[in-house]
Amino acid sequence: MISSRGHRSPQLLNINLTLVLAAIRSCLKLAAMIDHRIESAPCPLRINVRLLTWSMMALLIIAGTATPALAENNSIFSPASSNSEKINDIFYLVLAITGLIFVVVFGAIAAFVLRFWSRDAETAPEPPQIYGSWPIEIAWTIAPLLIIFVLFLIVIRSVNEQRPERAPSDALKVTAVGHQWWWAFDYREHGFITANELHVPLGDEEHPQSVFLELESADVVHSFWVPRLGGKTDLVPNRVNTMWFAPREAGIFTGQCAEYCGTQHSKMLLRVIVESPDEFEQWVENQQKPAVDDPAGAAGKKLFLELSCANCHTIRGTGAAGTFGPDLTHLMSRQTIGAGVQDNTRENLLIWIANPHTFKTGCHMPDMKLTPEQVETVVSYLITLK
Amino acid sequence: MQADTYTVAPARRPLTSVMHEWVTTVDHKQLGIMYIIASCGFLVLGGMEALLMRLQLWAPEMDLVSPDTFNQLFTMHGTTMIFFVVMPVEAGMANYFVPLMIGARDMAFPRLNAFGFWMFLFGGFLLYFSYFGAMGLYGAGSAPDIGWYAYAPLTSPAFSRGNSTDYWLLGTMLSGVGSVSFAVNMIATIITMRAPGMRLSTMPLFGWMILVTSGLILFAFPPFTAAEIMMLFDRHLGAHFFDTQAGGDGLLWQHLFWFFGHPEVYILALPAFGIISEVIPVFSRKVIFGYATMVMATVGIGFISMGVWAHHMFTVGMSDTIDLLFSGATFLVAVPTGIKMFNWTATLYGGRLRMTVPMLFALGFLALFLIGGLTGIMLAVVPMDWQLSDSYFLIAHFHFVAFGGILFGIMAGYYYWYPKAVGRMMNRKLGLWHFWLQFIGFNLTFVPMHFSGVLGMPRRVYTFEAGYGMEIWNQLSTIGAVVTGISLAIFVVNLIYSYFRGREAGDDPWNAWTLEWATTSPPPAYNFEEIPTVKSRRPLWDLKHPDDPDWKHE
Repeated sequence: MISSRGHRSPQLLNINLTLVLAAIRSCLKLAAMIDHRIESAPCPLRINVRLLTWSMMALLIIAGTATPALAENNSIFSPASSNSEKINDIFYLVLAITGLIFVVVFGAIAAFVLRFWSRDAETAPEPPQIYGSWPIEIAWTIAPLLIIFVLFLIVIRSVNEQRPERAPSDALKVTAVGHQWWWAFDYREHGFITANELHVPLGDEEHPQSVFLELESADVVHSFWVPRLGGKTDLVPNRVNTMWFAPREAGIFTGQCAEYCGTQHSKMLLRVIVESPDEFEQWVENQQKPAVDDPAGAAGKKLFLELSCANCHTIRGTGAAGTFGPDLTHLMSRQTIGAGVQDNTRENLLIWIANPHTFKTGCHMPDMKLTPEQVETVVSYLITLK
Repeated sequence: MQADTYTVAPARRPLTSVMHEWVTTVDHKQLGIMYIIASCGFLVLGGMEALLMRLQLWAPEMDLVSPDTFNQLFTMHGTTMIFFVVMPVEAGMANYFVPLMIGARDMAFPRLNAFGFWMFLFGGFLLYFSYFGAMGLYGAGSAPDIGWYAYAPLTSPAFSRGNSTDYWLLGTMLSGVGSVSFAVNMIATIITMRAPGMRLSTMPLFGWMILVTSGLILFAFPPFTAAEIMMLFDRHLGAHFFDTQAGGDGLLWQHLFWFFGHPEVYILALPAFGIISEVIPVFSRKVIFGYATMVMATVGIGFISMGVWAHHMFTVGMSDTIDLLFSGATFLVAVPTGIKMFNWTATLYGGRLRMTVPMLFALGFLALFLIGGLTGIMLAVVPMDWQLSDSYFLIAHFHFVAFGGILFGIMAGYYYWYPKAVGRMMNRKLGLWHFWLQFIGFNLTFVPMHFSGVLGMPRRVYTFEAGYGMEIWNQLSTIGAVVTGISLAIFVVNLIYSYFRGREAGDDPWNAWTLEWATTSPPPAYNFEEIPTVKSRRPLWDLKHPDDPDWKHE
């Protein structure tokens, strides 16, 4: 694990606890104030205000306990690349600014409501009428202008930092192609194509290794999003978009398509596997080889080539050269099938080949109506594709 | 005896005669009510769609509805709520109350007014007919499943076979024609038919907001209609505007759509701002703080909102310059919106606040819209948008604006104006239940969505992966959706119950200040026996306080 900034969670937790405690204290104070004010208010009002205060407190507590949890998992608050770290920092800054605005404005509204709440407004004389005040109105035009000016400067700086032109020249270049509902990763410089799992090497602090993605689409608009590694970028047909990130941690980072792209948009998952340079080299070496020709799969291979499988799938080293579906040359080196719908095991492959729609309704791989024996034979070949 | 004939006579009219009147009416008040009733119907549909989606997302890998059904649900939910619930209910309130507030006897073009209503209604029918009549990718009876912004090329014949997408295009196009005729009519009415003495600078703020909204409709809808016609050309006449497989450009659709789509947000929001600008002063017993800056802010929002559309597209790979330009413009829109927030808040200061149901909704609006506005600022920060765009955080943001803001404002309008339109007060007890359940339900639904978005949950997914900490937030959201559903059911019950059993309202139950309260409840067909002469922004205040009238201060 390499992380130049250390782990963030404990520090975060402390800040949150203080905040939550402060919030609870002010809530209690507020509740006492409200109770005092509405002692003689009509009954439903009294209950409702108490209800409101308590539910707001409950919400605050939930939010307070939630935030540390948000820093785990797949959260954008637990960045694992230089890019997502920068976004994370901006997030805290902007959250602080907007949080302050919220406290001030909401505080004013709440204070005015409590202070000027009138139980006898029907009979009381009208209050003094205040038509406005130019100095005040000009002041609260200029104050937001200043705030957004600062925010705008932050945006200019951060956009410039993160743009593809800033990607280091020694970045690993991969072309990602979005398909209805899977990802092709084309390592053009290494001469192979794989699917749904992007392997990248991890650099060290002095020499961070960046990944530069060219994003294309084979059909409709998709979007590449791995929250812990950075923001999303769309894959638009007829265009080549680019993005880059420099991972700071080894591990498996999951993400998924973030632009609605049809029936199985929800199951267009992807994972980025950040591994040590050695592991990455080994993986590349294996991927570059043509498919293994294991005698155990000979019958299945024959069947694969005879049936329509080869029209859509490529298995390098055989006659199968279709490009509509994922490249299967090293199928068993992948962790999942169907772009993340199931683990890549023999049992799941049997179900998948028998009818892909069992796992993934509406996917473009048809039910080929194979007999159970044929399914068995094809799968016995596929599991040799290490 | 006289009372008997008065109450019995209408009941004796044959049904055909009543129906004939509803179908042929050109009266602005009756059309307003028709708009509102129709929007209530669509609200029930759109709400049930939302509830089904939330139930499906109760836990990972649920299969309450199929993926295709889910995709149809969110498409129909978004389209319904925007085009067939919020637009018409606001059009209905504007139709009913703008002529009354400016002291006119009807709209400038009454028949155009009726035309606009029927275009909207049949547009909605056409959209929903797809559930029975459209042939989609999945056979007969397919609603469109393209999302409410229908990104090309998902809508091209290759990816959207059959004709469900055509129903979407034609339904929204027809209702757009209705909106444009509404806008033309409103502008003509407001410009030419104000009561003697009422200058634009003394017009009630609701009138101003509707005027600016109408202007936005005129600029935003025609490009949208044009884009939809281009899409129909693509689909049926072999054109290739958006057909990427033949060299067309999918981003062209995105630009054209959001050029309409962003002003649309303000088309939905400004009328709600208008309602709030009427309700808060009346129940604070104070004149609105800073009328002139309110008007300037409204006009400012109108102009700026035409220039921010590409902030919906920060992730599509535009150049830095364009990203920054639209980010800056989006920040800029926060300034006039902020001015409005501050002015409303300042109006509370020093008032005598009457906690009526409309006032509660208005205060709810202030609190929730504030949050929606602030998360909007977050999303305008381009790198944050790369993370948060198209996630559940975004869903939370725009529901805080569209539901927490706009719908709470509309509810304030319902409770405020119902006595005028019906002659009876809405029940306060049911109203309080409605408000608190809606407030709690809303927060329970949409606060957790910020968290599921941060945890990496994209929008428009029919299910989510287990083990990423999203389960609890989705369950809270679903519970909240059910609570919200109950609150809206109470609202509908209240509408019906109060119609029969509500307390008699009288002409001016809120002791308010604008002209609609100067006539009977409900107003006669001709609105005013005598068109009043106006000297200030609050003619009824002048009447009630001859010692200290407004026109001395304005």
